[in-house]
Formats: sequence, structure tokens, C-alpha cells
Amino acid sequence: MDVNAARALGAAICMGIGSIAPAIGEGLAVCKTLESMARQPEIAGDLRTTMILGCAVTETTGIYSLVVALLLIFIGVN
Amino acid sequence: MELEVNGPKVFVRIDELYQMFAGTIADIFGNFGNLITQTTVSLFVVTALLMVLGYIASRKIEKRPGGLQVLVEKVLNMLYDLVEQTMGKHNLKFAPYIGTLFVSCMFGSLIGTTMIFRSTTADLSVTLAYALVTSVMVWYHNIKANGFIGWLKGFTEPIVVMTPMNLISEVAQPVAMAFRHFGNVAGGGVLTSLIYAALAVASKAIFSWLPAYLITFVPPFLQVGIPAFLSLYFDFFSAFVQAFVFCLLTMVYVAGACPPPAEEDNANI
Repeated sequence: MDVNAARALGAAICMGIGSIAPAIGEGLAVCKTLESMARQPEIAGDLRTTMILGCAVTETTGIYSLVVALLLIFIGVN
Repeated sequence: MELEVNGPKVFVRIDELYQMFAGTIADIFGNFGNLITQTTVSLFVVTALLMVLGYIASRKIEKRPGGLQVLVEKVLNMLYDLVEQTMGKHNLKFAPYIGTLFVSCMFGSLIGTTMIFRSTTADLSVTLAYALVTSVMVWYHNIKANGFIGWLKGFTEPIVVMTPMNLISEVAQPVAMAFRHFGNVAGGGVLTSLIYAALAVASKAIFSWLPAYLITFVPPFLQVGIPAFLSLYFDFFSAFVQAFVFCLLTMVYVAGACPPPAEEDNANI
């Protein structure tokens, strides 16, 4: 296999697999927050702030795979 | 499909300066590579812009406020409320730093939409510098509260076996913060340029029934308008949320190092 083809394939696999877990995690976080908001609407503002923070932290692994994919594509192109 | 994605362009390298100043600077500071890049220029532009904005907003403060003063007071009140909620009343002194961090992150991301300057936060050095400031603040306040030995002892909690894990998490914290902000802004930029290139191909593909010599004259008309909606998410929303998250994480970490004074008194008793 050509090196450039392997690089593109690696980036695609990295992004594809790497985005599964953060997506599930963020979905769960938002789901639970919505449940809590429906149960106790008076603390909705507090919950939203915490949810955004949690989502951002959960997203970190996805961002790592994005950075690795970008490195694979753009660094050291012959 | 033509696509060009670059890091920040380098305007002045240190070896050029080396020739200019007969080696004095490079002798003192060593060879630290690129000196003036696109990021440096945009950072100075953002700084100047914020200084001008601050001057305009604070130029005439009256007892009966005008429109601008009401807006600025509202924003400042929101900032102080947020800091008080997240860090507690005894940490209100951090509010100016958090506000500065927020506006410089946000304007740094948004200045990329001018297409003249490059987003400052799309450079890892900038976000890593912001994250390291947070780390240094956490260490300073930890050492101030517990003493140097107490700070070192904090790594062995809850049991000694956990020390390597604690050290790794201490290093991973600024790296994670920096990569999150950098990855979001840079990834958004890459995605936007990918879509621009794809739309150029698509607008030619629509007219593929034309003879080949006419297709070359078809302008990339699909590039008008459609990327604006994506830009609304990738530039404006993402810039706001990432700046907010960065400030929120800074507040949480620093507040963890600065416990409320009442608890300390109870612990001493």
C-alpha cells in the first residue's frame, strides 16, 4: 500500500472509531440532564452550565482523535 | 480538488534576526525558532482591539448610564455572578482575569472570520500558554495554602501507589485544556476549507452536461451563502462555547486550589 493511501486510511479510521465513544457519552450526559431539568425546572440554569462543562470534558477524547487525524493527513506530506 | 491547509505563516525567523543584530539576541536567548508568525500579529491586533474597546466602554461613566454603559454593566454583572457561583464569594478577585481570558479567547477565535488575520487560538502555542497560566495559578495557590512539602505530599493521596497517576493527571490537565480549544478551532477551520473546496467541485458538477470547454468558465457559485450557516456554528457558536468552557475549567481548577477560608478555620480547630 502507498504511504499516502495508508495515511488517509489511518486518519479515516482514527476519526471514525474515535468519535463513537464521545458521541455516546455526550448523548448520555444530555439525556440525563434533560431528565433532571424536567423533574426540577428551577435548577435548569445550574444544570445547563454543568452539562456544557461535562460535554466539553467528554469531547476531549474525540478532539484527541481529531488532532491525530489532522497530524496524519497534514504532517510530513511528501 | 484544490485544498490548502497550513499552520501559521512565519514572517521573521530568528536566524534572519541573527544576521541583523550580529548574534546578540540568539546568544542570549538561544535558538528559539520562529519569532514573528501570523499568530503573533493577530495576537497584537486582538490586544489593540480589546484595548480600544475597553477605552471606549469606560470613557464616560455617568450616574445616569447611556446605552453602552448599561450593556457593559450587564456583562460585568453576569461575569461576577458566574465567578461567584462557580468559585465562591472569597474568590471574586479572579473575576478580572477570567473576563480577560474569555474575551481574548473569544476575539482570538473570531478574528479568523475577517479572513485577513488568522485565529490566534488555532495555534497550539497560544492555547497551551493560556492553559499553563492556569496550571501555574493552581500550583501557586496550592503551595501558598499547604506549603511546598504539603503540595508535594498532595500527590501521594489517597495512597502512595497512586503517585504516578496523580503526576500524569497533573501534566495531562493543561495538555487536555490546550488541545481541546486548539482542536475545536483548528478543526472547524479545516472543515470549513474542506467544504469550500467541495462546493467548488459540486458547482462544476451540476453543469457537467455542458461541453467540456464551457465547464471551465462556470464560477463556484455554490460557495455563496451556504458556508455562512456552517460558519455560524463552527466559528461563532464554537468560539463562544470553547472560550466559556476554557474559562469554566480555569475557574474550577483554581477554585479547587483556593478553598473557602471558613473551612480552613474549622480544619485548624
